[in-house]
Amino acid sequence: MIRIPCPFCGTRDHSEFTYGGDGSIIYPSLDAPMQDWHDAVFQRENICGVQVETWQHANGCRMWIYVERDTMTHEIHSVRAAHPDMAVALEVTI
Amino acid sequence: MTRFSAWNVFWQGISGQKGWTRQWRDPEPKPHYDVIIVGGGLHGLATAYYLAKNHGIRNIAVLEKGWIGGGNAGRNTTIVRSNYTQPGNREFYEDSLKLWEELSHELNYNVMFSQRSHITLLHSPGAVDAVSRDYNIMRRTGNADAGIWSLEQLKEAVPHLNYASDARFPIMAAAVHKRAGTARHDAVIWGYARAADQFGIDIIQNCEVTGILREGSKVTTIETTRGKITTGKLGLAVAGNTSRLWNMAGMSHLPIESHKLQAFVSEPLKPLLDQVVVFGMGGAHFYISQSDKGGMVFGGDLDWYKSYAQKGNLPIVQDVAEAAMSVLPCLGRVRLLRHWSGVVDMSMDGSHFISKTPIDNLYLNAGWNYGGFKATPASGTYFADLIANDRPHKVIADHDLKRFERGIQLDERGAGPDPKLHG
Repeated sequence: MIRIPCPFCGTRDHSEFTYGGDGSIIYPSLDAPMQDWHDAVFQRENICGVQVETWQHANGCRMWIYVERDTMTHEIHSVRAAHPDMAVALEVTI
Repeated sequence: MTRFSAWNVFWQGISGQKGWTRQWRDPEPKPHYDVIIVGGGLHGLATAYYLAKNHGIRNIAVLEKGWIGGGNAGRNTTIVRSNYTQPGNREFYEDSLKLWEELSHELNYNVMFSQRSHITLLHSPGAVDAVSRDYNIMRRTGNADAGIWSLEQLKEAVPHLNYASDARFPIMAAAVHKRAGTARHDAVIWGYARAADQFGIDIIQNCEVTGILREGSKVTTIETTRGKITTGKLGLAVAGNTSRLWNMAGMSHLPIESHKLQAFVSEPLKPLLDQVVVFGMGGAHFYISQSDKGGMVFGGDLDWYKSYAQKGNLPIVQDVAEAAMSVLPCLGRVRLLRHWSGVVDMSMDGSHFISKTPIDNLYLNAGWNYGGFKATPASGTYFADLIANDRPHKVIADHDLKRFERGIQLDERGAGPDPKLHG
């Protein structure tokens, strides 16, 4: 079991979360060239090592979070709220 | 090399079994090969074999970082089937099944291919309709063994399933693919290795690739833990680690993510299950068969998050055990013997790539998702054809890396571009 420190709820089992996917993908603007959309939708860096990914605390607070995780050791390096305003608000309150 | 035959088995039996020779050599790497295949798994060895047999290329090396068959070849549930419906996939997997039917003779090695039929349990009228459509497509495209069984037929053939009226998902009917079955994974590896070795192909184990050197758009030299080797052409068949080798060749990004898939085998039991049985309902996913040794071999879903680690996580063990109990409650007291995990290339549409690449003499065989084992003979045949002739055979015309740019997806499940959903 991977233990994920949810920024809202504290550390929980990963089975409470659903895995989103590669968190480094930035979707292009709607009028961007087809190749940009192709790359964003279909191409992945598939890092062996530390990567940024999205998870949702589906059986908890239901918030989306960014997790920096090692894909070989499953060690978690950092966690933050996916919504930028939410992440800033959390830092202020802490 | 001693050829296997009834006479030889008899002769060795009465002469103390002393006349058997090594099945394949353990050669030192030569400084140059015409073709190097990276990956001594099923697809790599099959490719080398068919390059020699079908295309007359003999100066070939297969490089394997560990021992042959130590990766996903030894980490699967050995199911062989061809119940595919997408154009391109159905011809490819039907070709593969036909090659499986002759494989033991072809390789002079008993791969224990057992066409015991593949049974998909159906639990709703909608599921019966959807599978009827798929299996009609199979029948109309040359796969005449596809059929639908009524509940009565299923009960007669597979008596131990959970037919209780209070089952969470009562069984309604079943889709049957009779020529499907299982094979012995080690025997397939050893059979291809032995047959390739007989053509003079060097199988080099404990030889990890550490670098791929290029001059412009050509690969020239492979750096390995056993020295540098130059090559005319390079084929990659390294499912699970495709992106890492891709990066070594100086490129980045592929329509692939590495995920891990677990499988299980129980203690040996007396004959219990004559078929491959598949259950998929309400988010559960489970497939099971019984090996010739008697062990129940079964598996379920991916671990749901990307991983390069060859070790599985416990929530899936629980999921699979729950699915097992809902399908075959008689397994409740059976003890687990072993359980393992393999790293698989999950692709964006759930189908594989046998493809040319932006590098002139580099060819890619990758993205096998759940389905690499059954594809072995066809994968080897068509990948060898691609490497030898430098153009894709018409059967694999849309199995290339560029298909998404052309708007083509071979998405059997209709799950969309999310690798983890193509189980």
